[in-house]
Amino acid sequence: MTSFRFVRALLIAILLVGAPVAAMAQAPQPQPPQQEGFVPVDQLPGQEALPAAPLVAAAYGVAWAAVLIYLFSIWKRLGTVERELTEVTRRLESGGRR
Amino acid sequence: MHKSFPVLLVLTIGLFAYAPFAIINAPYEATMGLVQKIFYFHVPTAITMFVAAFTCGIASAIFLFTSRRGADRVGFAAAEITVLLGLIVLVSGPLWARKAWGVWWQWDARLTSTLVMWLVFQAYLLLRRFGGPGSEKLSAAVAMFGAALVPFVYWSVNLWRTVHPTTNVIPTLAPSMRTPFLWCLAAFMCLFVLLIAARVELEKRRTRLDDLYLALED
Amino acid sequence: MNFFSTVALVAHKDLLVETRSREVIYTSVLFAISCILVFSFGLVKEGRIVADAAAAILWITIAFAGTLALNRIFDRERQNETLRALLLAPASRAAIYVGKLAGVLGLLILVEVIVAPLVVLMFNAALFRHASYMLALLVAGSIGYASVGTLFAAMLARSAGRGALLPVLLYPITVPVIIGGVRGTAALLQPEADLAIARAWLTMLIAFDAVFLTLSLWTFEPVMTEG
Repeated sequence: MTSFRFVRALLIAILLVGAPVAAMAQAPQPQPPQQEGFVPVDQLPGQEALPAAPLVAAAYGVAWAAVLIYLFSIWKRLGTVERELTEVTRRLESGGRR
Repeated sequence: MHKSFPVLLVLTIGLFAYAPFAIINAPYEATMGLVQKIFYFHVPTAITMFVAAFTCGIASAIFLFTSRRGADRVGFAAAEITVLLGLIVLVSGPLWARKAWGVWWQWDARLTSTLVMWLVFQAYLLLRRFGGPGSEKLSAAVAMFGAALVPFVYWSVNLWRTVHPTTNVIPTLAPSMRTPFLWCLAAFMCLFVLLIAARVELEKRRTRLDDLYLALED
Repeated sequence: MNFFSTVALVAHKDLLVETRSREVIYTSVLFAISCILVFSFGLVKEGRIVADAAAAILWITIAFAGTLALNRIFDRERQNETLRALLLAPASRAAIYVGKLAGVLGLLILVEVIVAPLVVLMFNAALFRHASYMLALLVAGSIGYASVGTLFAAMLARSAGRGALLPVLLYPITVPVIIGGVRGTAALLQPEADLAIARAWLTMLIAFDAVFLTLSLWTFEPVMTEG
């Protein structure tokens, strides 16, 4: 039972990590100006030389990491509590019978 | 809650799995270019954070006035999630601001009030952890103050001149941007429900464990 | 026991205790003066204070001295077990809260009576050029700060770690009050005092006072009741 849950969790993790990676692998094309008010990127005045890609990557990275770490911590704590619950219930029952 | 949990999990994973595709295919914004794409996580996270804060406040009020333990568990879970989502908002925002405004941070009304609200919910968690017995009710009172701040944070951009965009941006989004935005919003809302369910479940087991330990000592 | 007589009784008791020992007022005032001293070292440039700093120093000092006073007042109650006695008395919790609030407010205003003229003198800040505005700001700010402070200090009186937890809880929630006070005072300290802006901040302060007082009154009873 436990190994099945582990495999399921692993599959979920692979899907979660794999999907964005697959999305990134698609070459992102700069969109032609379809709507009014949008200007193609290469026609903009060259202002900040600050590359945006690391900032965007960091922002999404932090978001994913925070959520996954939190989910993982809940999952781990659930496991610990379940183990302790079975332990204490066992001790209570054996103590009660005395 | 148990039966719907796997459905919720699959739904959330599905929404988040497609989200990167939706975001990448969204058009670039005219003045900000690539860095504007942070919008698709930053704003849904902020909206979900408001929902979480409200949930915490309402659950805490119910707990304070009816002493229902279930309400306290929901409040605790919602407070943790508010802090988590607040962290994401307060990190993704400055990363965007660095390029868009030239500075990491500005003490304008929106940023300051968001930071304050985040600190209030952190205080909730600290109180739960270090306040000793009886801190459930105390933190519930703190949560009500924190939730009262939410409308202030939301309207701060409209009341003051802030460098942060006003609430007018969302209603006037171009359709090609609105779809990925709504998709991400749906994803985060599902995530919120999922996280609350999981965390409440954990808390339920933990309080049962505490009760059992007490029974053991008798 | 009707509401107002309870309030008067509780406040009178606090006043009596304080006038006899004067412990809290002395320590708070001395602490406030040290605060001003420490801030002035950081914010003085060529012997004169940086612009707008006087407003900040005034309000931060009030906040810190207020925390000290709150801690001491409720520590005293806890040590003498009078808090429990108060809560066991057949008096409405709201009345007890308002009575304690009146005591804390009185103390805070006493500290301000000493600190504000000191700031005027030491930093050449014409705080009372528009005295009615300044006084309104001080009163509104004090009410906001004291209302939340009294609730939290009473809440924490029986908790472990209360000394460290009170600032952690109090400061984030009272930030709007401090901001309103500082920005309103700074507007008054301009060479051409901007009364419209001061009035706007005063309005915000009063709005926050209303919210904080309502929330505090509402939550005081369930929070102080055990079980």
